[in-house]
Amino acid sequence: MRAERDVGAPAIAPVEAAKLDARDTRGDRLAAGRVALGAVVVLYLAVVLLGPMGALVAEVSRIGIGEVLSAVLAPPALEALGMSIALVAISVVVNAFVGTIGAIALVRHRFVGRGLLGALADLPLAVSPVMIGLAFLLLVGREGVLAPVLEALDWKIVYAFPGLVIGTLFVTLPYTMRELAYVLEEIGTSEEEAAATLGASAWQTFWHVTFPNVRVALGYGLLMTAARALGEFGAVLVLGGSISGQTQTATTFIHDAVEERALAGGYGMALVLGAISVVLLALLEHLKHRRARALGRTK
Amino acid sequence: MTARSNAEGSEHVRTADALLPGPGQRALRGLALAYVLVLVAIPLATLVVLAFADGPPVFVERVTDEVARDALVLTLGTGVLVGALNVLFGTATAWVLTRYRFPGRGALSALVDLPLAVPTLVAGVMIAVLYGPSSLVGTTFAAWDVEIVFAKPGIVLALLFVTLPFVVRAVEPVLAEIDVAEEEAAIVLGAGPWRVFRTVFFPALLPAALSAGIRSTGRAIGEFGSIVVVAGNIPFETLTAPVYVFGEIESGAPRAAAAVSTVLLVFALALYVGATWIERKVGARHAS
Amino acid sequence: MSIRVEHLKKRFGDFSTGSAGSAADFVAVDDVSFEVESGSLVALLGPSGSGKSTILRILAGLEAPDEGRVLFDGVDATHVHARARAIGFVFQHYALFRHLTVEENVAFGLDVRNVPKATSRRRANELLDLVGLGGLGGRYPSQLSGGQRQRVALARALAPEPKLLLLDEPFGAVDAKVREELREWLRRLHDEVGVTSIFVTHDQDEAFSVSDRVLVIHRGRLEQLGTPSEILDEPRTEFVAGFVGEVNVFPAEVANGEARVGALHAKVGAPDGHARLVVRSYDVKLWREDAGIATVERVVTLGDRVRVHALVDGAGSLVAQFPRRSSLLKNVEPGCRVQVEVTSARAYPRA
Repeated sequence: MRAERDVGAPAIAPVEAAKLDARDTRGDRLAAGRVALGAVVVLYLAVVLLGPMGALVAEVSRIGIGEVLSAVLAPPALEALGMSIALVAISVVVNAFVGTIGAIALVRHRFVGRGLLGALADLPLAVSPVMIGLAFLLLVGREGVLAPVLEALDWKIVYAFPGLVIGTLFVTLPYTMRELAYVLEEIGTSEEEAAATLGASAWQTFWHVTFPNVRVALGYGLLMTAARALGEFGAVLVLGGSISGQTQTATTFIHDAVEERALAGGYGMALVLGAISVVLLALLEHLKHRRARALGRTK
Repeated sequence: MTARSNAEGSEHVRTADALLPGPGQRALRGLALAYVLVLVAIPLATLVVLAFADGPPVFVERVTDEVARDALVLTLGTGVLVGALNVLFGTATAWVLTRYRFPGRGALSALVDLPLAVPTLVAGVMIAVLYGPSSLVGTTFAAWDVEIVFAKPGIVLALLFVTLPFVVRAVEPVLAEIDVAEEEAAIVLGAGPWRVFRTVFFPALLPAALSAGIRSTGRAIGEFGSIVVVAGNIPFETLTAPVYVFGEIESGAPRAAAAVSTVLLVFALALYVGATWIERKVGARHAS
Repeated sequence: MSIRVEHLKKRFGDFSTGSAGSAADFVAVDDVSFEVESGSLVALLGPSGSGKSTILRILAGLEAPDEGRVLFDGVDATHVHARARAIGFVFQHYALFRHLTVEENVAFGLDVRNVPKATSRRRANELLDLVGLGGLGGRYPSQLSGGQRQRVALARALAPEPKLLLLDEPFGAVDAKVREELREWLRRLHDEVGVTSIFVTHDQDEAFSVSDRVLVIHRGRLEQLGTPSEILDEPRTEFVAGFVGEVNVFPAEVANGEARVGALHAKVGAPDGHARLVVRSYDVKLWREDAGIATVERVVTLGDRVRVHALVDGAGSLVAQFPRRSSLLKNVEPGCRVQVEVTSARAYPRA
């Protein structure tokens, strides 16, 4: 091989030509590197994600299923969970409506304030939930800017259910709107234009053409909304105050229980929320595959 | 995205008119805008205005208060560290999940999304259970005089948990889109693995990893639920800015809380704008 | 460098479902053996999915064969890593490094071998001159046209002076006119540089106009290996006959060196018995004659060629091709009767 016969006349100045090296073992080293990288990633996921998840499950079973069950099924815990589920339901309904309108406006309309709408819809993702609670406290709290008005109307927002609703709506605002806006942008307008040329009215176009195309995305956005609403802590703690039986949600229940070392209830509820989020995640994954297929089809 | 939409603007407006019903169109659009203004703009504006209501010197005093300043520094420091770790480990995770074939890959990939669905408070509880002072891991490390929970490592672990999907999910599609032939071309030309990575992958992955890393930093500096459980919230040690804000609210000093919040808000917005800028720039180059 | 391929076999499974060995498996390369002389330019010709690209990728070390050997100058290279094979490879869609300039792209194969920068840059520019892109070294691939990118890809592959150049559908992604130019240019470049070259194509014109020898591949098997004229004039199998030109195929009976089907007959070199008669469309003569054996159905003009579709009594439809100005076409129009003469045909025995 080294004494390679020169084939043809070199047309250009020669440099040290490439040579075949049959004894090359770089393949083996490459395989070793691959295994090492895989091990690092698995270790990382174990330390950050899988380990803590497993630890909670192990701790709950160490405390004893019976004790944990009776703590989680006690009235304060059930009330807190019911409160969280009510907040999930409200935020899903409101976001289904406002998210759809907002997304269509963002992607399909041109109007003054469109850029503002887009930026503000993104903002809750960048803001700490505690800060949101504080902002509403300053606006509608007992000493807030609007306190005189609310007092005159006899409305109680902070440390009451409306406060929880407002905080939850704030943090869930981006999910449905952004998801729908992204998909509307991706699928484009050609189908809607086709419907219009065939004489469909605006409502007919929306219900028969646009909506079926974004149905999966809407479901995805609403599931994210539900997960976020269920898990919100900072804003509902500040705005609700975690009053047992009145404004305590599942997350603030966990917080209080852990503070008071009532670990059976705290860890038990944490496991309940963790299990719900695993179910939500499974649904999200299912929709993600459907969405990928749907987008692939419309393109 | 904006540039492209504008270019097609005229066409869009026509279709738009067909989409939401004519007379109701403005009303519905107005409703969406009003909802966002009432829910987001007005409260945050109130927060910023009240932060300065007692005059700029008081504002400065409030945010340079020893405890507040230390909390801000700790928050930014851990946020940046977590962003950097995410870029590194997130890219590695995305690499393994897209390019390796092994049993359980699908399940592992789905698990990466779990922090999006798990309440952050629950994430904190999970970390506290595994690494807490009375746990097996905690006592082992305590023997070496290393504290995890109620110390800075706990904060970093909690932040890594809640921001785990950011870089992984941003890098995966980029990785999947890279032309296999480009990688093969480099190999056939004699490049080693590191050289292939540097030439083909690194330039493509960098913007996505970087912008997602910045977003994870932005998310980290606002994190509250998981920190409150694992950090112990000791001033000058493990008290982060959001927890400090909460403490000030609890102790009846909402304006001091607003001042520190405003600083956090400015950082969050700066990070948001930075990440968006990187994404736009890459998007523009892809389009050309 | 001479190449020898022995009993190459490659099977692909559907890994995504984890059902290796199931019906989803398919054999991409099935017991292929051939030799390529040093310095020649060879085409791997076949329809898409025939396995020709897989053979090329096995030669490059980008795929490992399940069975068989690859020898370069008599040395077994079957298990040598792609990186160490010192081969030039031109990808179908160029696969230029989009984040490097044209000059950096071409110099890449030298840079990874630690050739001094000054040398590698000089050589990169010599190669760019050679492929007619001198002065464009500072541009990025996205700023070039398809044909230019393909030439950069070629310069990049040639820069490290490979002993073997492999090209995968090299002109598939450029438009027809540029393709024509690039073909001629590749032939000239090959004659000038003299490196052993193998290219994959599904385009028979491309294979015949450029290469010294052609390997026809079908369903993972080597159908025929020969010079372009051997393959055109003596297609060994019915597939080759059909693939390298427009043909008419009839079920026929052969007796005493003559195949008959209905009113049609042709001299063939096949044994007596059932056979499939293959007649190329340009090996047919026909002219207007009321006592003829066929009726014209359609006359279609395609550029400088005219195709006549006719129905032969007892044999079925037949396509014949003529130069547009052929005197034979006089008065040939749909509905008229024509006489048919087969000037050359082949017959393949039927099982």
